[in-house]
Amino acid sequence: MTTDILEMRGITKTFPGVKALANVNLSVARGEVHAICGENGAGKSTLMKVLSGVYPHGTYDGDIVFENETVEFRDLTDSEAKGIVIIHQELALSPYLSIAENIFLNNEQKGRGGLIDWNKTNFEASKLLARVGLRENPTTKIMDIGVGKQQLVEIAKALSKEVKLLILDEPTAALNDEDSDHLLDLILHLKGQGITSIIISHKLNEIKKVADSVTVIRDGKTIETIAKNDVTEDRIIKDMVGRDLEHRYPDHTPHIGEELLRVEDWSAHHPQDTSRVMVDKVNLNVRAGEIVGIAGLMGAGRTEFAMSLFGQSYGSKISGRVFLRGKEIKTRTVAEAIEHGIAYATEDRKTYGLNLIEDIKRNISMASLKKLEKFGLVHDNEEYRVANEYRTSMNIKAPNVLVKTGKLSGGNQQKVVLSKWIYADPDVLILDEPTRGIDVGAKYEIYSIINRLAAAGKGIIVISSELPELLGISDRVYALSEGRITGELPIADATPEAMLKLMTMEKPR
Amino acid sequence: MSNPTPTQTPTGPTGESNAVGGNINPSDNRFTQWLSHILADLGKNGIFIALIAVVVLFAILTDGILLRPQNISNLIVQNGYILVLAIGMVMVIIAGHIDLSVGSVAAFVGACSGVFAVQWGLPWWLSVILSLAIGALVGVWQGFWIAYVGIPAFIVTLAGMLIFRGLALVVLGNANIGSFPAEYRALGNGFLTDLFGEFEIDPLTLGVGAIAIIALIVQQVRTRRGRQKYGQEVEPMAWFITKLVLVSAAIGFFAYSLASYKGIPVTLIILAVLILVYGIVMNRTVFGRHIYAIGGNRHAAELSGIKTRRVDFWLFVNMGTLAALAGLIFTARLNLAGPKAGDGFELEAISAAFIGGAAVQGGVGTIGGAIIGGLIIGVLNNGMSIMGIGIEWQQAVKGLVLLLAVAFDVYNKRRAGGQ
Repeated sequence: MTTDILEMRGITKTFPGVKALANVNLSVARGEVHAICGENGAGKSTLMKVLSGVYPHGTYDGDIVFENETVEFRDLTDSEAKGIVIIHQELALSPYLSIAENIFLNNEQKGRGGLIDWNKTNFEASKLLARVGLRENPTTKIMDIGVGKQQLVEIAKALSKEVKLLILDEPTAALNDEDSDHLLDLILHLKGQGITSIIISHKLNEIKKVADSVTVIRDGKTIETIAKNDVTEDRIIKDMVGRDLEHRYPDHTPHIGEELLRVEDWSAHHPQDTSRVMVDKVNLNVRAGEIVGIAGLMGAGRTEFAMSLFGQSYGSKISGRVFLRGKEIKTRTVAEAIEHGIAYATEDRKTYGLNLIEDIKRNISMASLKKLEKFGLVHDNEEYRVANEYRTSMNIKAPNVLVKTGKLSGGNQQKVVLSKWIYADPDVLILDEPTRGIDVGAKYEIYSIINRLAAAGKGIIVISSELPELLGISDRVYALSEGRITGELPIADATPEAMLKLMTMEKPR
Repeated sequence: MSNPTPTQTPTGPTGESNAVGGNINPSDNRFTQWLSHILADLGKNGIFIALIAVVVLFAILTDGILLRPQNISNLIVQNGYILVLAIGMVMVIIAGHIDLSVGSVAAFVGACSGVFAVQWGLPWWLSVILSLAIGALVGVWQGFWIAYVGIPAFIVTLAGMLIFRGLALVVLGNANIGSFPAEYRALGNGFLTDLFGEFEIDPLTLGVGAIAIIALIVQQVRTRRGRQKYGQEVEPMAWFITKLVLVSAAIGFFAYSLASYKGIPVTLIILAVLILVYGIVMNRTVFGRHIYAIGGNRHAAELSGIKTRRVDFWLFVNMGTLAALAGLIFTARLNLAGPKAGDGFELEAISAAFIGGAAVQGGVGTIGGAIIGGLIIGVLNNGMSIMGIGIEWQQAVKGLVLLLAVAFDVYNKRRAGGQ
């Protein structure tokens, strides 16, 4: 008999080509708040998905012991039956249903004859709402309340399932300070009622406030578990970063020229919630031949910045000025941005980057068909020749350019996206997570391509969640936090520790 | 550490990328190479094979009546308006939309043309131009709601189906309009021989057929040479020639049939021009390529600088114009603008596009496929009518064919995709 409510032993989870978790151990004591820290992609969410049965027993190695009993969950319903409830980053609520309906979704309060008893549903819901301190009518629709309150509804829903272990995946990422504070207080309050919580977060101040112990995960491995009294920011950061930066990046000697792009006071608001500032007066510049990195944690506004700049593809109430070679330009539409020599390769290749049912050739030409036009017709043999040239020079592994891009591996898909933009011949290329979901070998190739582009005098902006990668390839880095540039460092001064400090720096209030 | 040279990446298996292209078919076994090309072509042109199968089937079932010259001519004339609609429809479907209103628009425009040509007595050509302009305006109306307001095409054109059916009745004022001028009627049932006098076997038609065959051969040979020049793989010469001979023979038979009846129907000329022009638009123009890009992945298209709204808008203007043309041909053929005109055209046009290989999700489809799909429906209609099968069974069979065609397509893709 131990005091631990949960013990995960030797958890190993592999995806095709990637080892997401390698022999991870995690012990959570009964009645504590246990924080899990780690960089983006370290394996935190994967571990929680293993625990909650999203990845069913048999798809991973290792044992899960919950309340002194080895458990083998087949799905979420199994884990919820035992009292383990996970609240995901993206809330799983139906916006058009009421609070009460959401709380009892798939757990409906039935009365006589198996019909739903609405009085009971709403009464029980209001009791739960009182427990989480949310003063709302249970018949209010989810879409009519803010994100902070929605988060509380999720917790109320968890309570309705008689939760013993509550898992919160970055619960405050989308909340303002007031809502965050309320949520953290609630977690402590629930702890008082004997509910154990696991909270995934990289906000260090928040961890210090609520956590009784902290486990740091890096590269799919547990580094250490730190007790509350020993928790310091420096120690956590060191644990999170501490990997050796060997020769995983091709050498690159920058030949930096004149300034290509300068952005001044660039701001953008959330597209729906127009009062929320997502990008806050960003100033940055890129010079010819320079690789500039933008670092930031999840939700820092990196993609939002890039997409709002690229033809206002994201956001509302966008303001600020853009200069290309010192001349002010407008980038109101994507076509306009491309015309002025800006290209943006998205972080989500499959949804936003490629036409997966078309071949390599047509994907490469997609942004530059005008170039291939002769007497009003697309010169298709020329198109073939161009595509084939890129297939060779970018080492796209496919028998020919008539292969559909949906059949290529992630690395080769990314090379097609890059080919598309290189063929469009921009001055400045913004690459958003250029190596996400790509195996190590292909990553090296992508880095080499980026270096080649810089050597050819292009200005490159790289956005990446992987700090080592960013520091490995950039000449200069900006840190972004809560939509603001919190610092700019030449690569020589950009230690992981310094960067993480900037990336977690909060707005002065 | 040495700087990796840009062209050769150290981690990639460098030899591999070059090797793959060349070694699919070792050329030592020419028969298997032949066979693989034939099979690949059959897979690609499954719809064409289906058309041949349906023709052969009904040729047998109708004791050859199906292939009599008069019937072949009728097949074209009777289905002309559906084929015109199918061209616009497949473009709309490739972009990921649908248009349910084309039947009503055809009826509405037909009614308007009746007012112009019969009631107002305008010259036939002016009536035609005005009618097409009205079709374009209808397209502007629907395109506006779809492209710029963002209402799904299904809803907008469902509304359009009601709106323009209603307006057709308003224009007609509860009566049929009939007795169109002869030039107008020629759109639907005129023949080119009418202009040149009668022969036993029309030499003009044979001549056009011969020109078509020569044009086809020249075009095919040039494409093949162009591809070879740019180092693309081409099919074996023997198979290339075999295919050309087969297709030429089909064209020859078709031309001979028409020639021994009344010659070339005006509808066929309109169709041939449309197929040629729109085939080029879809394959070789920036506009056409943008349509495919939008249908394949709208987000990616937008983020590649494609003006998706503008493309959507013009697609519907185009569809409205083609629906107007179909309405004119139909009205001309019946010599009557009536309230029931165009009933169910939208469903036949949509069926044609889907039987012809268009994908429900968009991004896939061809003009040629839609035409062949339309012809399959036409042959089914025609063949079953000759056999004396009632309209009720014709409906049921057509529905079944649509379902099976798409199911076969889905099955094929799943097998080919592997995932």
